Amino acid sequence: MQKSQKKPAKMVSYAKYGYMFIAPFFIAYAFFMIYPLINTFILSFKGNGATVDEWVGFQNYQWLLFGGEQRAANSIQNEFWTSMGNTVILWVGNFVIQLVLSLLLAVWFSDVRIKIKGTGFFKVVMYLPNIITAASVAGMFLMLFGNSKFGAINSLLLNWGWLQDAFPFINNEWSGRILVMFIQSWMWFGNTTLLLMSGIFGIDPAIYEAASIDGSSGMHMFFRITMPILKPIFIYVVITSLIGGLQMFDIPYLLHEGTTIRPTLETGAVFIYKYFHQVSPNYGYSAAASIVLFILTAVLGIIIYRFNTDSTAPKKRKAAK
Amino acid sequence: MANKTATLNSTSLREREYARKIRAQAIIRFIVCVIITIISLLPIYILVINATRESNDIITQGVSFLPGGSLIDNINTLFDPEAAGGAYVRSYNLWYGYRNSLIIAICSTVLSVFFSGLTAYGLTVYDFKFKKAATTFILAIMMIPTQVVSTGFLEFMVSIKLYDNYIPLILPSIASPAVVFFILQYMKSSFPTEIVEAARIDGCGEFMTFIRIALPMLRPAFAVQAIFAFVASWNNYYTPSMLLLSNKIEQRTMPMMVSAILGNDKISNFGVNYLAVALSILPVVIIYLCLSKFIVKGVALGAVKG
Repeated sequence: MQKSQKKPAKMVSYAKYGYMFIAPFFIAYAFFMIYPLINTFILSFKGNGATVDEWVGFQNYQWLLFGGEQRAANSIQNEFWTSMGNTVILWVGNFVIQLVLSLLLAVWFSDVRIKIKGTGFFKVVMYLPNIITAASVAGMFLMLFGNSKFGAINSLLLNWGWLQDAFPFINNEWSGRILVMFIQSWMWFGNTTLLLMSGIFGIDPAIYEAASIDGSSGMHMFFRITMPILKPIFIYVVITSLIGGLQMFDIPYLLHEGTTIRPTLETGAVFIYKYFHQVSPNYGYSAAASIVLFILTAVLGIIIYRFNTDSTAPKKRKAAK
Repeated sequence: MANKTATLNSTSLREREYARKIRAQAIIRFIVCVIITIISLLPIYILVINATRESNDIITQGVSFLPGGSLIDNINTLFDPEAAGGAYVRSYNLWYGYRNSLIIAICSTVLSVFFSGLTAYGLTVYDFKFKKAATTFILAIMMIPTQVVSTGFLEFMVSIKLYDNYIPLILPSIASPAVVFFILQYMKSSFPTEIVEAARIDGCGEFMTFIRIALPMLRPAFAVQAIFAFVASWNNYYTPSMLLLSNKIEQRTMPMMVSAILGNDKISNFGVNYLAVALSILPVVIIYLCLSKFIVKGVALGAVKG
């Protein structure tokens, strides 16, 4: 009798604490993330500006993705696709520069044969741009590369006689984009280097020793040993950078002179912000664009995740046999 | 004998050649690293130097590597209510900026670290029906970007009149999936659950066990996450500028001050503008210089576990 009373009491009594401990997280998450996500979904089927309470069905999606007969529909379609194109261009440019540089540095910093002096110092300095406020970074580069002859770089080039007239670094389509790519790489390459290094440090040095005894060259070792082992962390870096790229906001949004955002720098996130942040907010367009971005993020995440697990799955199966 | 010395010579020659190759490589790599270091620091250096120069010098000479003598003048102009017709004081107030950014950053850091610890502890120590589902859920949502929910978030906050308020900037930190994940991983490797049993036998309540025993033990994990949470909050421009709709100067965070001063057409004193931007990054740079080794290690730590 005593036994049967004690046993269930002991098993049940602590479970409720588990729920109590995790409850604040889930309540806050439901309130600040899940409901807003559902709300975004609902808003994407509603109107814009003055007609924000009206149901319009799929009209926002249709206008954004395919345009329509009205002039407004075509201009919004045009702007949305331009912003998506800009996002891709800016992300690819920034990611390629960043990844090549980070891989090179990560391999160099963790090379046991050829040690670079002051690695600790280099790492600290290279991570520094990542810690600085993006808005301030945008301001800094805006003043350095100002369009007029008052911009620091322009006045330098004019003084040296390399330029006859001030070059509009920000307003020019490609120099503006290259500047954003440079700033993004400048801010993030240190972070990516550290992430990749943590992956390389996990590789057993004995593998490299064996390979070098077998006469492998440095390049060979990189592609045959480092890259395959680095794959999981590499994919992690790609996913986070992709999602970060779809969110790219501060730099492209703030890098303009005067009051209008540069159309050549308007990313998807800037598009969303621009439409919900108007005096009479166009929630419909920005919500529909948000949902498109959300689906895109999810699909990209799943594709890359699959790509990663598919190629390692057969090996695991073999090992299990 | 002669043969032996010949082979000896040739091996030592080969070794010497190899050593020379290695040294040459090391020097090349060092030089490349120095160049990258210069690129990393140069914009920040120019920013600081230009903050000490007179606007006219900057306009006529562009870049200089030596500091100018106008730092005090620039500071005075930045805080002068009459300068540029009051444009400076209307768009930029350093004390409001520091105060607001600090309030938001400290509150959200404390909330994020404390509640993430609580959640991770709940998921590690207790056994309950939805434990696995809850853990999987937290992992799955880690990557959802805030931008995709911001339209619904803003509309929601406007409808319950919480815009122009710090609450929606601070309270969402209670649910920080990435921090929970990090602390979960940390607890897996360095938190023996037997300790909880021992505390129970000693008559310690469940919540007090968390406060008295788990919190001190998790301090290293908290420290790393706290630094990153603080910096992320300080640097956040998107959410505050989205939610503080009236954009009142008393409410602006530091990044909003920067954006306001740069967006003001009436302001054309470059030295002062550079100073305003430099002051906005000063606190994070100081934090970084003090804790850099710790931070650099933390980035990699998060990744190995992630």
